[in-house]
Amino acid sequence: MSRYTSATDADRAAMLEAIGVASVDDLFADIPEKLRLARALDLPAGLAEQEVYAHLRALAARNVSAADEISFVGAGMYDHYVPALVDAIALRSEFLTPYTPYQPEISQGGLQVMFEYQTAISELTGLPVSNASVYEGPSAVGAAGYVARTENKRPKFVASAGLHPHSLETLRTMSHGYGTEVVEVPLRDGATDPDALAAAVDDDTGAVFLQQPNFLGAIEDLDALARAAKPTGALLVVAADPIPLALLKPPGESGADLVVGEGQPLGNRLDFGGPSFGFFAATEALLRRMPGRIAGETTDVDGRRGFVLTLQTREQHIRREKATSNICTAQALNALCGMVYLAWLGRRGMVELAELLVQRTAYARATLDALDGVALLHQQPVVREFALRLDAPAERVRERCFEYGIDPGLPLEGDGLLVAITEQRSRADIDRLAEVLGAAVREERRERAAV
Amino acid sequence: MAEASYPEDLLYHAEHDWARIEGEEATFGITWYAQDQLGEVVFFDPPEVGTTVTKDEPYAEVESVKAVSDVFAPLSGEIVGVNEALGDKPEAINDDPYGSGWMVRIKLSNPSEADALMDQPAYTQSLT
Amino acid sequence: MNEPLSDNRLHTDPEIEGFRPIARRDPAVQTAQQRDRATTIYERSVEGRRAFVPPALDVPEQPLDELIPARLRRSEGPKLPEISEPEIVRHYVRLSTRNFHLDEGFYPLGSCTMKHNPKLHERVAALDGFARLHPLQHPSKAQGALELMWRLQGALGEIAGLPHVSLQPSAGSHGELAGVLLTRAYHEDRGEQRTKVLTPDTAHGTNPATVTMAGYEVVKVATADDGGVDVEDLRAKADDQVACLMLTNPNTLGLWDRRIEEIAAIVHDVGATLYYDGANLNAVVGISRPGDIGFDIVHFNLHKTFTQPHGGGGPGAGPIAVSDRIEPYLPRPQVVRRAPENGGEPRFDLDYDRPKSIGRLRGFQGNFGTFVRSYAYIRSLGADGLREMSETAVLNANYLLAKLRENGVAEHLPAAYDRICMHEFVLSGAPAKRDLKVKTLDVAKRLLDHNVHPPTVYFPLLVDEALLVEPTETETRETLDHFAAVLRDVLDEAAEDPDVARDAPYTTPVRRLDEAGAAKRPVIRQPL
Repeated sequence: MSRYTSATDADRAAMLEAIGVASVDDLFADIPEKLRLARALDLPAGLAEQEVYAHLRALAARNVSAADEISFVGAGMYDHYVPALVDAIALRSEFLTPYTPYQPEISQGGLQVMFEYQTAISELTGLPVSNASVYEGPSAVGAAGYVARTENKRPKFVASAGLHPHSLETLRTMSHGYGTEVVEVPLRDGATDPDALAAAVDDDTGAVFLQQPNFLGAIEDLDALARAAKPTGALLVVAADPIPLALLKPPGESGADLVVGEGQPLGNRLDFGGPSFGFFAATEALLRRMPGRIAGETTDVDGRRGFVLTLQTREQHIRREKATSNICTAQALNALCGMVYLAWLGRRGMVELAELLVQRTAYARATLDALDGVALLHQQPVVREFALRLDAPAERVRERCFEYGIDPGLPLEGDGLLVAITEQRSRADIDRLAEVLGAAVREERRERAAV
Repeated sequence: MAEASYPEDLLYHAEHDWARIEGEEATFGITWYAQDQLGEVVFFDPPEVGTTVTKDEPYAEVESVKAVSDVFAPLSGEIVGVNEALGDKPEAINDDPYGSGWMVRIKLSNPSEADALMDQPAYTQSLT
Repeated sequence: MNEPLSDNRLHTDPEIEGFRPIARRDPAVQTAQQRDRATTIYERSVEGRRAFVPPALDVPEQPLDELIPARLRRSEGPKLPEISEPEIVRHYVRLSTRNFHLDEGFYPLGSCTMKHNPKLHERVAALDGFARLHPLQHPSKAQGALELMWRLQGALGEIAGLPHVSLQPSAGSHGELAGVLLTRAYHEDRGEQRTKVLTPDTAHGTNPATVTMAGYEVVKVATADDGGVDVEDLRAKADDQVACLMLTNPNTLGLWDRRIEEIAAIVHDVGATLYYDGANLNAVVGISRPGDIGFDIVHFNLHKTFTQPHGGGGPGAGPIAVSDRIEPYLPRPQVVRRAPENGGEPRFDLDYDRPKSIGRLRGFQGNFGTFVRSYAYIRSLGADGLREMSETAVLNANYLLAKLRENGVAEHLPAAYDRICMHEFVLSGAPAKRDLKVKTLDVAKRLLDHNVHPPTVYFPLLVDEALLVEPTETETRETLDHFAAVLRDVLDEAAEDPDVARDAPYTTPVRRLDEAGAAKRPVIRQPL
């Protein structure tokens, strides 16, 4: 008997009798004999809990995590500290094990968290409307594309080359289905070229996609880019990193119609890429085009304050083929982690954290720039990530650094290196990175010279 | 309006829409039966004045909390007026479907289409 | 009907005696939770309080204006709450007590497969080697994670009877989108531009919504009297413009489609693909495999069949399994095992070199944390345990249905289709509405007072006043007996006075909420 079911042989016999069939097999009589699997599944036999634990622990031990080395890899997910508070709350059965709050009277906890979360996302993005979250970052960019498609039905998207490559590819995958073309606009010194953007946008452009800070860590001048993006009526979509938004002008104030992004930096673990959450905010005008769940405030029959899922007529279970999206779930648990994290940081703390990152990143950028064979890829202002150009093969340099317990960052095409700094990387770690990276570049150049 | 009601001076469409013809113009709305099926109306997005509506085709949507319903044009024509008040008070469609819950006013393009609509006895008969 | 309800928290309230929960409509009578009005975290904020202390600044400080020009910065920080750690804990723990959850009690929410979430899974998913593994870690340093994904792909492929698996999609709906985009890529690669996708009228709303998102026209197929696909209608609509039929089997009525072979043949004869919506796979694991029936593409809901904590609505995962002819188009990257070099160990890797791929559907490799949990589940149960899981799910559903017939509930809430069901069944609330003057919604709301999560209500749309009941294999016979008795009592009570149900619930933290008001004048954030 499986340890996760309770039916004993005696139970089974009594239950079959109540149903009026002779055997469990009889319950499957509708399935034609030839469509039934005549053998057992070719899978290993079940294991005891301690055996499963040991097996999983052995698999985990074959990974090198951010706990095992000094890692400077970011590029969309960041090794920020997740406070113990987040685990303690998210692991409570009351948040962990219910489903979507279809019955609001017994789901006020989850619904109120959604409402608080939506408020925080509005505050960070500078837009009045937020949903209760979508899958994750790049697919949120794709979902924003579908909003634009249903809003203005124009056949072209214009996207900055500063978009995360995964976002750009996801947007292309999704827009191919409904037949919208994606045109890329190049960067100039690491930031989106406003002249090239203005030239690419025309009456056929349904939406313009930018990222803040962009993939190379550069802070984009959204005011200037919005002037280039919006004259023909295209929607402006900004994919933003939430931690830098503590300091940066909210994209909504620069004219963004949709601000979306990867929520992982807010109290979610790396988890090799997920689950995390995507945030999704919009102008009031796009409220009824929003994908996903939205919580709203209301009152009960006795006048008590309460919360419900609202504006559900947008959604697939009601509007079906005319729905604003096919999504049904939010990433409620991950968004809860995000909300608890934001409450933990608080109004002052989030700014203090971001300022610390800016200072350490500036120090790291200057220290690494001073190394022989290492130069800045661009001169734009940054928050906690920046790009270098190495005078050596970046992949090989990275592998050399591994030998010293350092992951120096993500290699980019053309021997670039994308370096991220979190508050878990101290000045001593940065100094160690400089030492190891400098040596690795030196070694590679020496080898090249020898050849 | 709690009890079913179908005024005698209106013409009815099988999709539960009504038309009140006044000369070359007509006013449209949905019937008591339609609003009862839908439940409390929370949103009505009116079409723009100047757009053309075609008999038997949907020209707008009306939403309750958990349903969306197309609103069908009982007759063809051009929209010359919409009930802007429904933006703030969509519940008028429930409370007074034949009065303050009206939806659009039309300049008829083919008044003879009215011959195909049901009168009150025929419509109430169709509901049973 | 005086049996005690040992798991009913309402019995701690001295005002409540016997079986029936309180049913008072007097607003002055309130539970402690009801007296405790909702306060948001922002309303608890007091200037100057904090939970976070930043690490020390250990680098020379530079003026912020020199690092980021003021015009690129915000004029003031985001107005997050100012609150200390103990107060954050109190706030969210208090909120948590206002949720009903699976670990607390019966949750027969049809179509959602609310099965137990083993506690082991949270422990293993939290191991640093998984939880703090960066998604862009070099594959040579993520061998354990990639091997886990590769093994899970193999297991899911075996369960589906289809050899190729992508774990990337993040939910059932995301898997559906992947599947329909794969269908598009398949036809386009053959030089065909098909325009339509068929979905039965019983389908989940995600199916038609997905079809539109993928740029196809939805064509609805009717349902026959026995609850299966109307094969004649299908035959009439299946032509060379049809790209795909999306089918849920067992379907959303909880019924196995008896004419599935015919359906598969019709779809394949017009060159279309056959898509298996795995929402209801929990009924047939180890018993019947979609691939053996002729399905080309399957999505799994890991959060249903392979138990993920539902998290209040996410996260989940929607991996897909496909046949050989669809394989070239799978999303990238794919997890692969490379043959050993020089007699060494095999190496696991991410394969991006897939020229016909539809591309990515999201960032990185998918919801890896869910893969850890589902893999642990499959290893815990093994082949036999998985089959037992499905058998027990179907046994429980049929037993509950039999109990509802036996105790007279079926008189007012009859099964919409009177046959052996699979893992769930649909009741029609039309007789109760007509005879007892209580709607399905009222029945559901009165169940809340019994500390039972109601079944899914008003779905499938095909059944008037529907209740979709899915007990899952998790539940004991005693729990099912108890639920049958509760439902009986709710109906008895309605026969005496329908207003009891119409005004329910009475004991929940809030009572019936004004959803229409919320939709008319949406308040979806707090002004700060």
